[in-house]
Amino acid sequence: MSDSETGVQDAGFDDWIDAVEDDDAYYLECPNEHGSLPPRRVCPDCGSTDLEAVSLPETGEIETFTVTHVPTPAFEDDAPYATAIANFGPVRITGQVVGVDLEAIEPGLTVEIEISVSETTGERVLAFSPA
Amino acid sequence: MSDVRVAGVGLTPFGNTPERTSRDLFGEASIEAFADSGVERDDVDALLYGNFMGELSEHQGHHGPLMAEAAGVRAPATRYESACASSGVAIRDAVKRIRNGEEDVILVGGAERMTNLGTAGATEALAIAADDLWEVRAGMTFPGAYALMAQAYFAEYGGEHEDLAHIAVKNHENALTNEKAQYQSAIEVEDVLEAPQVSSPLGLYDSCPISDGAAAVVLTSEDYAEENDLDAPVAITGTGQGGDRMALHDREFLARSPAAREAGEEAYAEAGIDAGDVDVAEVHDCFTIAEVLAIEALDLEGVGEGISAARDGRTTADGETPINLSGGLKAKGHPVGATGASQIAEISKLLAGMHPNSEYVEDADTGVAHNAGGTVASATVHVLEVVE
Repeated sequence: MSDSETGVQDAGFDDWIDAVEDDDAYYLECPNEHGSLPPRRVCPDCGSTDLEAVSLPETGEIETFTVTHVPTPAFEDDAPYATAIANFGPVRITGQVVGVDLEAIEPGLTVEIEISVSETTGERVLAFSPA
Repeated sequence: MSDVRVAGVGLTPFGNTPERTSRDLFGEASIEAFADSGVERDDVDALLYGNFMGELSEHQGHHGPLMAEAAGVRAPATRYESACASSGVAIRDAVKRIRNGEEDVILVGGAERMTNLGTAGATEALAIAADDLWEVRAGMTFPGAYALMAQAYFAEYGGEHEDLAHIAVKNHENALTNEKAQYQSAIEVEDVLEAPQVSSPLGLYDSCPISDGAAAVVLTSEDYAEENDLDAPVAITGTGQGGDRMALHDREFLARSPAAREAGEEAYAEAGIDAGDVDVAEVHDCFTIAEVLAIEALDLEGVGEGISAARDGRTTADGETPINLSGGLKAKGHPVGATGASQIAEISKLLAGMHPNSEYVEDADTGVAHNAGGTVASATVHVLEVVE
């Protein structure tokens, strides 16, 4: 269940989704240049609590992907859809691949991050589209 | 340090019994375990119980005391939750407590009721073992997560779906004689390749079923076993646990399981063995690719080589190191909270010569059980050896 059903925001995460919609995607960086994703107070690599928001690179590269035919109920009307892990350098991110035929997706594909909407629930979904 | 003896084990049939509550399932498994052990219920010092999705499937939290009651045990009882490794971590804690001399007899096990949720409900319930914000909300399912690992594995080390299909065929073959297995039916490579897709490249036959079931194990100290003249020839001689980042995308490796490697190295070191000493193993094959990652992490195969192990007969029943002689999660079934304890039960029976497939490991004295949670953000490994 998404907390948006109750009107409650997930601090850090929903703020990040808002930022992507504003073309202002970012990641968190510690003084040792470890990248991570919010919400987070501590660097998971070195334990530093000195985290700073840094602009996410404009494009990433798909490392691995799958086409899901048996979804959770929240994506029932969306299937089949592609989910991928894309490498943006300092961080990797999981998202749905949109704006391209499922057959055309392949490792190495250059993508940009965007926010899509679930056809099933109308909820915002983190997505990648070909750059 | 005292050995920890496996005094008795009990399993319900694993399968599709949506009407059965987990208290009913665990009660049945415990009756078999006590009968097998010769241990009196009054002697039990603690119950450690694994369960993952009880709140979702049965609207039930606080399983510990409920399951003590179901098993007829008057002892402090605690639930362990670590996704699909829930009873693996319970076993590990039981081993440590007995070794430390704190307790002599522990009933440890687990149960899961899943099929009453239906496929969609169970898919949703399993998904909460992944990162809700960053994975589940992007539409990632559990088969989807393992599919991402499978594709990453193919890209890095080679292999194809047909290699994975041989793992499913092998595990179904092994389950033919296991009367507790959910599937006691043979399948062919073509069946796997032609099955409906779940999450590419994984299809229906690459995936373990949704299962109901329970497992119970009576563990005792060596002293207790000797004083009570128990028939308990198998000991747990090594225990290990490893961890990794929660979300798959945050891992250093997409096609390896460092948490399982860490757990295996710890368990091997405690037992004073190495991978070459392992005669038989039960590994966490929730999806066919998971067996590949597991046997590589346990050093039973080199990195990048596990993909061909079933196809080339190295891990089949008559191979060098048979893997999942029970049928594995794939064919035996995977009631998630019960799985780790059920693997201990299978290895104990195999080593004691009490398993339908013991003939394949007649001279075996060392077995390993590997239990994974989530996309292997948690893992436990246990070494079992014949000591009498």
